Amino acid sequence: MEDKLVIKDVEFRSRLWVGTGKYKDFEETKKAIEASGADVVTVSVRRVNITDRKSENLLDYIDPRKYKILPNTAGCYTVEDALRYSRLAREAGISDLVKLEVIGDERTLFPDTIGLLKATEVLAKEGFIVLPYTNDDPIMARRLEDAGAAAVMPLGAPIGSGLGIRNPYNIRIIIETAVKIPVVVDAGVGTASDAAIAMELGCDAVLINTGIAGAKDPVAMASAMKHAVIAGRLAYRAGRIGKKLYATASSPIEGML
Amino acid sequence: MRFLFFMRLKINGETVENLQAATVGELLDTLRIERGKVAVEVNMSVIKKQDYERFLLSDGDAVEIVNFVGGG
Repeated sequence: MEDKLVIKDVEFRSRLWVGTGKYKDFEETKKAIEASGADVVTVSVRRVNITDRKSENLLDYIDPRKYKILPNTAGCYTVEDALRYSRLAREAGISDLVKLEVIGDERTLFPDTIGLLKATEVLAKEGFIVLPYTNDDPIMARRLEDAGAAAVMPLGAPIGSGLGIRNPYNIRIIIETAVKIPVVVDAGVGTASDAAIAMELGCDAVLINTGIAGAKDPVAMASAMKHAVIAGRLAYRAGRIGKKLYATASSPIEGML
Repeated sequence: MRFLFFMRLKINGETVENLQAATVGELLDTLRIERGKVAVEVNMSVIKKQDYERFLLSDGDAVEIVNFVGGG
């Protein structure tokens, strides 16, 4: 059976999405993305260096015809900034996709969900496909859906922390009862098992940047994440066994000597 | 023939003097910036690519030219 991810008419080939920050250079970025099998890559919007025109462009390495470019509004602490960056991103890019971040605090980079909700509402009305980076609160996820979000991106743990899925129960509630739109776990995935856990919970996709870019061998980790996401998704669809405190023998008692 | 006019613009936060660019399109050419991969904002408003040639710049305008960089 086909198991395709569709977010507001946009079809995705992979359930692993990857970031492009923190790599050593563009060459390493490219190799890691290829190894990950991802067809979605996140990018940020920043000023062009107008004095040094020789500096290379990320899009020289990541072909927008091959990958879906998902611009973020990382670094935005106000609704106004998030809207401004989103509108610039749409003009610089080729799609209406935006990974919306309205950050509330520098140390944790936790989302300011009140600002996030306002910005989601405005951008959805402007025709953006809004994917808000939010916390693991099911009620906020529902509010974002009501405001026009095309998917929600709850955090597993703080951005870049590698702490894994800290609240799997809330993530499950978001998936099972809070929203009908796709759920993409964003942030906190530190290693392959974290990605598998997110997918086993029933997430539609996982977005990873630091977990890959910060690994000793980013290209190898990208491959590990690819397999973990595939395995986790298959396990979710296969339906895991229930957990029990005591043993049940796998081998028959009958026929024993 | 167009009247040559040397302007002062604030580009990406830096003041740039003696610019000879009447439109956003000419400014990008002057700065040797490829149009396909950037977005331009003049005084906080995004300028659409199809308007680059006709959007006239004025002395003192604040211009932002952005592109995509690595990010999560």
